Amino acid sequence: MTVADLGILRWVRVENGVAVAGVTPTYSGCPAVLAIELAVEAALRDAGFEARIERVLSPPWTTDWITEEGREKLREYGIAPPVKASGSIRSLFGDVAVTCPKCGSTDTEKLSEFGSTACKAHYRCRSCLEPFDYFKCI
Amino acid sequence: MAVWEALLELADDHLVLGHRISEWCGHAPMLEEDLAMPNMGLDLIGTARTLYDHAGKLEGKGRSEDDLAYLRDEREYRNCLLVERPNEDFAHTMLRQFYFAAFMRPYWLAALNSTDETVRGVAGKAEKEMAYHIRHAGEWVIRLGDGTEESAARMRDAVEALHIYVDELFDSSDAARDAEAAGVLPVRADLRATWERTVSEVFAEALLEQPKAAYAQRGGRQGIHNETLGHLLAEMQVVHRAHPGARW
Repeated sequence: MTVADLGILRWVRVENGVAVAGVTPTYSGCPAVLAIELAVEAALRDAGFEARIERVLSPPWTTDWITEEGREKLREYGIAPPVKASGSIRSLFGDVAVTCPKCGSTDTEKLSEFGSTACKAHYRCRSCLEPFDYFKCI
Repeated sequence: MAVWEALLELADDHLVLGHRISEWCGHAPMLEEDLAMPNMGLDLIGTARTLYDHAGKLEGKGRSEDDLAYLRDEREYRNCLLVERPNEDFAHTMLRQFYFAAFMRPYWLAALNSTDETVRGVAGKAEKEMAYHIRHAGEWVIRLGDGTEESAARMRDAVEALHIYVDELFDSSDAARDAEAAGVLPVRADLRATWERTVSEVFAEALLEQPKAAYAQRGGRQGIHNETLGHLLAEMQVVHRAHPGARW
């Protein structure tokens, strides 16, 4: 799983010999933003570039930017990927069927609107009884 | 009055409420809420950071987000009074969160058309986060209001205690009026009908009545605060003031 899979890394371009990477936060208060920016900068330096990070706010990140590959990797890791169409009020308000990443059942229930991080909710599968994280739509 | 001061007011609302709700961390009535409240606090503080950074740049005196958050005294804080109200019990905390989110969601939706690019960027994220806050806090208002005799009494107490702070949400300071005229921020008074609709829908389910405020308590935008804000700032600022310029 890479930050590009998640749509957090917007672009990288070389400006006057400096590699500039555009990085976007997922949630306003995502505590990982700084760590991600530092890691991207370090990777660029390791590749021999002078590097700079630009934080991009607009247009705002949406879960729709997670690539198909990224969604599959999330599922393999045990996190249910966000239901598509984040713009709809139905998905925002959690009125959606979330599929269990372990057994594929849609018979799941929400345990908590907020999970271990701001971007996830906590769910449980009623079929295989496994608890799991769901990447919320925004 | 300058636009940056209006952004400062908005940032102060978010930082103060974000700090307040983080005070529950480790004390919430259940594990799920112990996760939910700091996460909601992070949303608010994240929004505040971007607004402070932007306000500092527009002011043009080189003040950073840390300078603005940590090195201003109570009288220089411009948050509305609702957000500094103490947590009291869980009913007070959830009602305060619900009132604020019910105001901020339509505010950010309107701000998607701001003439300021950073404000548009903040708005695009924050309106979705506020939808979660309305839903989460609103569910608790319903659960407690339509709950046991004890929980319903506590929720009625919270309504009684907080309703005098509602009107101030819809006031625009001189700075805010200038920002509104420039199309940077939405007109606060225009959001009243939407707020009333959100609140009355939830209150109907919660079996709560919206009291008619006998008077409205105001003053936050002029820096006239309740004594509780001083205590909050003391805790929030102590490390930075003891070690000026500390970074980690």
